[in-house]
Amino acid sequence: MSQTDLAAAKADMVPESAVSTRNISKNYGDVEALRNLSLEFPRGQLTSLLGPSGCGKTTLLKIIAGLLQPSSGEVEVNGHTVTGPGPDRAFVFQDFALLPWASVIRNVAFGLEMRGVAKSEREAIAERYIREVGLAGFEHAYPHELSGGMRQRVGLARALSVDAQVLLMDEPFSAVDEQTRRKFQEDLLGLVQNEKKTFIFVTHSIEEAVYVSDQIAILLPRPSRVSEIIRPSGFRDKGADNIRRDPEYLDIVDQIWASLRSYVE
Amino acid sequence: MTVFGYRLPGMSSLIVWGLLWEIVGQMGLTFFIPPLSEVIATLFAVIGTAAFQKALAETAYAFSAGVFFAITIGIPVGILMGKNRLLDELLLPWVNVFLSAPLTALVPVLMVLFGFGMKSIVITTTLFGIWIIILNARAGVKQINRSLVEMAHSFGASPWNAFTKIYLWAALPEILGGVRIGIIRAVKGVIIGQLLISIVGFGALFELYSANFLMAHFWAVLIVLFALAFTIAEFLAYLERRVAYYAAKR
Repeated sequence: MSQTDLAAAKADMVPESAVSTRNISKNYGDVEALRNLSLEFPRGQLTSLLGPSGCGKTTLLKIIAGLLQPSSGEVEVNGHTVTGPGPDRAFVFQDFALLPWASVIRNVAFGLEMRGVAKSEREAIAERYIREVGLAGFEHAYPHELSGGMRQRVGLARALSVDAQVLLMDEPFSAVDEQTRRKFQEDLLGLVQNEKKTFIFVTHSIEEAVYVSDQIAILLPRPSRVSEIIRPSGFRDKGADNIRRDPEYLDIVDQIWASLRSYVE
Repeated sequence: MTVFGYRLPGMSSLIVWGLLWEIVGQMGLTFFIPPLSEVIATLFAVIGTAAFQKALAETAYAFSAGVFFAITIGIPVGILMGKNRLLDELLLPWVNVFLSAPLTALVPVLMVLFGFGMKSIVITTTLFGIWIIILNARAGVKQINRSLVEMAHSFGASPWNAFTKIYLWAALPEILGGVRIGIIRAVKGVIIGQLLISIVGFGALFELYSANFLMAHFWAVLIVLFALAFTIAEFLAYLERRVAYYAAKR
């Protein structure tokens, strides 16, 4: 194999980054939440931030979102330095963060409403994404009439409808029941394939991270740093039903647990 | 409540109390309590008189003006206090002092400052209503779910949009609760103001009737006032229930 072929193969293996964080540190007074953290998020793939509680994974996600300012370091999204929230990123909240006084369609269209999109246009877009997440028929229901899983589908549709290239998800499935969570995880795999967006996904579930991720960044606490990056490759194309039985899947789950167990109280 | 298998409509107990009043009145025990039937007859007679309608108009004016100022000043001040730490530290002690202060004692001071007229009564009404409105708006803003604020921020909401489309709605149940209590207090304020100044509105009427021992007239006007205050409070409670469906789920 020639030099150029090797370089091309390498570039193929590690695709370009949609989001990069460089030497991020974050202090709350004397408490060091993140120290000198650098991480690349490949375009069109799903990267999980995984770690024990208190490891700063949500802090990192909110810094990428522009909701928190880092004490030092910088975040680049598509080559632009982040100074605050922007239309290139959309956030999915752990507690859904829906407007309880607004119908599903208004909630889904909220991001577009804030961008000044006309009512008829934003409702047409919202309707499409409501169908896509499987909530057709619930357009005029209110959040308190929906189950936890359905509410998070609303939150997901709201993030999708603004058509941001980067989707930031903060433990999106932790407040829904186990069976709904499994369905969500399967749907998420399809979403990553079809939407061609970059997903950054915070979770504390090892199985969930290995199941849905193209790349897993393991964060260790006090202060947080990236201890390991794992890129599962073998089972992604075997279909949603077969992943959980794949030997590589099981090995990675075990390996991650072995490195995290000493940090869990 | 059901009696002998019949379902009684709400407030049927008023009939019992009305009957008791009628009996005591008919017995002629004291001039102070004329029979209810006489009071009601007087009520309809009084409602038509120019003096009553003038009093009602003046009271309605003082009340609406006072409540208008209490709401339009109280809600923004409360929201600003909830959002701004410095303003909160500056104003909160005063709001708490005035909320518990016997404001009636202030009315003579107001009379000296603003004269024996409508202006003093409007200010009295505002002072009675405004403090609880401020406190509730402040509490409403303080309890807004942090992730709703972050959500608005992350989707690029302008400060004005965040205020009108998130903060105001998220705090609405508390704000309406405060407005309801504030308005009930304002009813007291407008009557107390008129009684102490006693040359305008119902204050003048009360003065006239009690000085001349016209007890039927006195009770008739009192019933009208109680009914008005009760109706206003019930209407506001109804509005509050309209937003209760999301109050517990924010």
